[in-house]
Formats: sequence, C-alpha cells, structure tokens
Amino acid sequence: MNVAAAEATRLSPAIDAGGGGVAAATAAAPWFELHAISKRYGGVQALSSVDIALRSGEVHCLCGQNGSGKSTLIKIMAGVEQPDTGGRIVIGGKVYPHLTPTASMRLGVQVIYQDLSLFPNLGVAENIAIGQHLGRWHTVDRAAMLRTATAAMRSIGVALDPQALVSTLSIAQRQLVAICRAMASDARLLVMDEPTASLTRHEVDALLALTHQLKDRGVAIIFVSHRLDEVMEVAERVTVLRDGVSQGCFDATEMTDQRLTTLMTGQAFHYTPRRLDHGAAPMVLEARGLSRAGEYEDIDLQVRAGEILGITGLLGSGRTELALSLFGMTQPDGGEIRVDGQVVALRSNRDAIGHGIAYLAEDRLSHGLIVAQSIGSNIIVSVLDELLNGFGLVAERSRESAVRRGVDDLHIKTDNPDNAVSTLSGGNQQRVVLAKWLATRPRVLILDSPTVGVDVAAKDGIYEVIRTLAAQGLAVIMISDEIPEVLFHSDRILVMARGRISHSFDASRVSADELQEAVHG
Amino acid sequence: MAETWRRWRGTQELRLMTVLLAIGAVLWVATPGFGSAQNLMDMLTSSAFTAILATGLLMVLVAGGVDISFAATASITQYVALSLANQGHLGWVGLLLVAVVLGALLGLVNALLVTTLGLSSIIVTIATQSLYYGLLMAATNGQDIFALPAWFNDGLHWVFHVDAHGGEHALNLQIVALALVCGFTGWLLTRTSIGRQIFAMGGNPEAARRVGFPVFRLNLLVYGFMGAVAGLASLVHAQLVQSVSPSALVGRELDVLAAVVLGGASLNGGIGSVPGTLLGVALLAVLQNGLTLLGVSSYWSQLCTGGVILAAVVMMAHQGRRPMARSKAEAA
Repeated sequence: MNVAAAEATRLSPAIDAGGGGVAAATAAAPWFELHAISKRYGGVQALSSVDIALRSGEVHCLCGQNGSGKSTLIKIMAGVEQPDTGGRIVIGGKVYPHLTPTASMRLGVQVIYQDLSLFPNLGVAENIAIGQHLGRWHTVDRAAMLRTATAAMRSIGVALDPQALVSTLSIAQRQLVAICRAMASDARLLVMDEPTASLTRHEVDALLALTHQLKDRGVAIIFVSHRLDEVMEVAERVTVLRDGVSQGCFDATEMTDQRLTTLMTGQAFHYTPRRLDHGAAPMVLEARGLSRAGEYEDIDLQVRAGEILGITGLLGSGRTELALSLFGMTQPDGGEIRVDGQVVALRSNRDAIGHGIAYLAEDRLSHGLIVAQSIGSNIIVSVLDELLNGFGLVAERSRESAVRRGVDDLHIKTDNPDNAVSTLSGGNQQRVVLAKWLATRPRVLILDSPTVGVDVAAKDGIYEVIRTLAAQGLAVIMISDEIPEVLFHSDRILVMARGRISHSFDASRVSADELQEAVHG
Repeated sequence: MAETWRRWRGTQELRLMTVLLAIGAVLWVATPGFGSAQNLMDMLTSSAFTAILATGLLMVLVAGGVDISFAATASITQYVALSLANQGHLGWVGLLLVAVVLGALLGLVNALLVTTLGLSSIIVTIATQSLYYGLLMAATNGQDIFALPAWFNDGLHWVFHVDAHGGEHALNLQIVALALVCGFTGWLLTRTSIGRQIFAMGGNPEAARRVGFPVFRLNLLVYGFMGAVAGLASLVHAQLVQSVSPSALVGRELDVLAAVVLGGASLNGGIGSVPGTLLGVALLAVLQNGLTLLGVSSYWSQLCTGGVILAAVVMMAHQGRRPMARSKAEAA
C-alpha cells in the first residue's frame, strides 16, 4: 500500500512543463538499455539475448513479423513479463534485474498497447488522469483531474471534450486519449505497439507529426510496426527481430524496403509482373453494363479461366459494392452478369455459390477459422452437407478424402490434419481458409483485400496460393488497395473511380507510377 | 443549469424519472389512497429490502461481475443472527454486527472463487446460491422461527416530526438502513479512488490491471460489500415481516437484478448509478402498489411488471447501440 501511494504522488501531478531539459542532459548516453534479454515460454524461446539501447529524444522502430518476439520485448519493458535470468535492464544508469508494472511506470516507461487499454465507460479527462486513482483510498479531486487532462491535451495540441465518454470517440480520437494519458504520467519512454494499424492515412500523418513533437521534448519513442513505409518515415534507428533474435540495429537512412523485408523474414522477396496470355481460355464470368444506383455504373468486365483480374481504386470507388453484386449479395439495377456465356440472375449469395462463385471478404483469410479445431474439420466445415451418409452422419471415408484433397491441393504443411489449426504457421492457416472455400468447388474466386493486416512472409504465402489456384484453372478477381499487390499478382488491372471503371491495364505493360497516377489522378 | 441539463439529457435516470412521474400522476388521480403520506412511507418501508440489495448488486455489476447468491446469503445471516438473538446473546449492535460480518464472509467466498478460479461470476454465484441454501436447509430442517425477541419486533423509531394532532412521523430501521447504504455506496462509487477503480475495472479489466489497479482486492471488496449489505438487508426484512423462514427469500435475487438493470446498470460492467438503481426499484414498487390499489389481481400485475422490464431493456439496448454506430461512422 505504501509503495503504491508513493507511486501515485509521482504519477499524478504529471506534465513536465520544461520538457526539453531531459534531452539536453542525456542526449549522448542511452537512457534505457536492455542487455542480453532472453525469455522462454515452455518449449518456445521467445527472445534470445536481445540488446537494445534507446537515447532520449530518439524514435526507434522495432520491426518484426508476427511471432518474432516484439510483444514479449514490450511486455518486459513494461514490467508485465519478467525476463529469464542472465539479462539486465539499465534505466538512467541504474541496473534492474527485472521490472514490475508499477516500477516501470514510475521510471517513466509508458506503453500504448494495440488495444489502447482505455476505459470506454469513463470520460476523456478521467481516462487521461487515471493515474490519480492509484494509491491509498482517497476522495477524487475532479478539478485536479480536469487540470491534468487539459494540460496533457494542450501539451500535444489536442482538443477533445474532457467530459465525453471514450466509447463515443472515433478510433483516432481514442488513440489521442491514450497518448495524452502517457503524457500525463510524464513519460520518458513511450512505446507504441502498432499504433497505425486502424488509422486512415490522414490520421497516420497526424500521429507521425505528434511523434516528432514528443521527440523534440526529449521523449524516447519505440514505434512498433510492420508497415514498412511508415517505419522509414519516422524512425532514426531500426531494430529488427526475427524468431526472437535481434538482427541488429540500423540507421534508418541506410535501410531500404527490400533490406528490411529480408531482415524480417530471412528471405528475399522479389516480384515481377506476370506475363501470361489467357486469350484462348474460356470466359467464365462476364459483366456487361452493370449498374447499381449510387454504387457503380456501366461496368464491363471479363475473367477467363486461369486469369487473375486485379481491381483497385480508392476507398469508396465502388469496388467492394461491385464484388457484392457479383456474389449476389446486392442486386444490380441494370446490365447483365454472365457465367459461361449464359445470363444468370443472382438473387442471393446462394445463387452465386450455385453458379460456382466464391467470395472472401476482407479479413476472412486471417479470421475465417475455428483455430481450436482440427485442420480437417475446418476444411470440410462448408461442405458438411455433401459428406453425409444415409443416417445423416458425416461419412468418415468421404470426410477423409475431402480433407486429403484440401491439404494436397493447397500444400498445407502438416504431418497430421487432425492437429488443431493453431499449430500451423500464419501462412498455412490462410491456406486452410482457402481450402475451406475451395472444397465448395468454385470456378470464380473473388478476394477482397486478401492481405490486409498480414505480414510480409504470410503475404507471400497467399500470393503463392492464388497463383497456384489460377494455374489450376480458377478465374480470380482480386480487389486491393495496394498498387504493388495488383501490379505483380494480376494479369489485367481495372482501376475504379467514382463507381466507374476509369482505366484498364495489361499488368505487364504498366508501371507502378502510371498505376498510382491512375488511381489518385 | 444548462450544463446539468446537458449531462442528464438522454440518461436512463431521466427517462425513468419521467415514466415514474407519469405513472405516479395517473395513480394519484385514479386511486385516492396512493398519494397519502402513509402509503408513500409504507411503500418506502416495504421496498427498502429490495432497494438495499439492489444497491449492493449495483456495485458488483459496475465492477463487471454479477451475484446471484445474495438472497441465499441473506437467508443465512437472518437465520443465524436471529437465532443467536433468541438465545439472549445479542442486542441491536451485536445483531447487526453478526449479520453484516457473516454476510461479508459469505461474499468473500464468492470473490475468492471468482478470482482464483477465473470463472464467470454468474456460474460461481449460482453454485454458491445452491450451496448456501442447501447448507441452511440441512442445518435447520427448513424450520421457521416464529417467535423473535420483543425488542426486535418493536423495531427502531426515530421521531423527527410531531404534527398538530399529535401524530408522530418517525424514521424506522428500514428507511434509515436504506439511506445509509445508498448514501455510502453513491459516495464510494463516484467520489473515491476505490469507486473509480471499480468503474474502470468494470469497463476494461485488462486495462485496469495494466494501469496498476489492485484488481484482486477490488473484487474482494465488491463481493464482500454485497454480502455485508445482504446481511443488513436480511434484518431489515425480518423486522418487517416479524418472522424468519429459511425459504422466504428464494427467488428474490431476480427481482433485484431486474430493478438494477432497469435502473440503467449494464450487465457488461462499468455502467450504473445509485439514483438510477433507486428509480428502477421505485418504478417496479410503484407499479405493483398502484396495480394493487386499482384492484388488479396479482397475476395480472406480475404480467404487467414483466412487460415493463422487457420494454425498458429493449429501449436501453436500442439507446446503447447509437453511440457505437456514431463512433463507427466517424472512424470510417
């Protein structure tokens, strides 16, 4: 209780008005160091002997794929996890064998977790000044809380209604509240865990500007991300983790996309546009003059067997709306859809599935699984009806052959399909999702943003699967925001703007710049 | 004034208040007895048991849990405390102390089970409810206690006003206990660090842990408090009905839960207030009292109560969706 009270007094009055003093004093020597930090969970070595050193006023990027040990490292800094013996933590010249959450906060380490750790049922001011509730039983001084919150908001130029409930704020505003909270407790090291994952481009820019401002005030910042472009924009130094091992600390200026990817994955990914001619292949899906008021207008498109058609455009250009109509979820007002040259009426997604059309919404690849169940059960879940025997039970033999087919077709790396999906790597899990859909034997596969939120190596896995499927004769429509994605993994590219198709390209005859221009111009 | 209005506009408390006043006005006109000071006093006295329990339960709901076992707890404390009193061991102070401390201990058992086993509180407390009732029934063979000490049956009276005709207006045990529990709970939840920690924990338990709040101790406090309050309420009840039966309180937990939720508390934790809870209790009490005065049979009045609860919950769910929809729209 006494310790907690002492912490509360240090935490609560908050805002360091001078700010810059810290930076001047310790600019040269690192303020926060981790030496030979290791962590083992059961049989898994999450971190092995990682070193990292942070100077005041430095923006340091921590990069790594999912499962590379980033989160564990952050938890050790926050005192939530204890490192294995042998390592040490040096903060401001003092050595600590390990930290506790309160000790870490007292020393000025603040972590903004990916989920922000806010209290949605409380107001903005209370969330920011939540540290004032720490310590021995005391009555709440709402005026002091308001002062702390206002000062914190002013210090980073944020204006939010201090009484507004956090549950009524947008994601970007909530992020600001989380940052204000870190500021209110006088952070000297601010760790931001994938802060940009749910923000729009505009909001990301505002966040990056804020990062610079904090840095000028002498706050050391760790920025965790796997979006490479952002890493480059904001960081001075970059530490890369792979499988719990530090790949080294680099100056941001000497880092390139290519090199960072190689460091993170241990592999080099180099893509070139596809150069395939599908002119002779049969037409599978065709739309002529397709329109739906307020969504898209006069759309002509064709996809042949084995072909990958990329569709790109800004958010709101009508891409997803078009895909939904092709999948029967919404009905067009005009025009026609043909499958194998026959006009079809798709009144529901059931009709579409009946015509061999499959649709994977955004996120489906990363969230479409029952991870605790076996690989096999996941693969057959969408075709259970077809596997029933005369008693209405699943026939063991047909189940086995369906599972075997899925595992073989998609090269899922497992010694036993009865293992839980959670035993698979990310990339292999995504193959299971695709296997699940392919068990319905579609002829057209529509993928909406198939690689959103997926790290580099897993992306590569998805591309490989898509290419394999196309090679087997599936017609693929891939909708994506990312220019390189459509450029390197489609045969033809349609650009949509304001509900219409504004450009149509042959993927092997267009450059990334031209495509960029077409999307934004 | 404008600020106060802005903060109250659209709250569950204001809606309840409006409905309550409307129903009250109708009953006032329709039935001569309803508005009398005596009837209002009687209603308050007879609702005190529910209201005290509701206030305790509010604390648990705000903390993100739920307690189903408090009526069983109250049955035990009632029985034990008054058995001891019957043997001549206890006076008022001892009686209250036994009931409150025993109740708190039974509440702590819930807290320990919920926190150490990491199980959902509804399941744990359904189990302890059965356990507590079972223990009580086994120990007492289901025997009622009809004869209570005379000093207990006489109750407590604090006369605060004598009118011109020599009529006394007095506060009784029920009303004083209710006022104390509500006042304390309201103060604790809104004005103290502990109360705000409880709100925070109910809103986002993981974040509360990360911020450094003593989540384990808060749970002990919340369930312990619920138990203690149940102990106090059990005496309030026994004094009112002038007897103790081990099965008298079976089923009361759901009435109480309904009143708290009607009062705007969220079953997901982190939301609720003492005024809202009191209004929830009052609405149900007024409805029942009014229907009785109107001569409606108890079957129909139960149906009516059920309908009101359902309507209120549907309305709240509808209201609750709106802010979320808005924040989504802003994010997009």
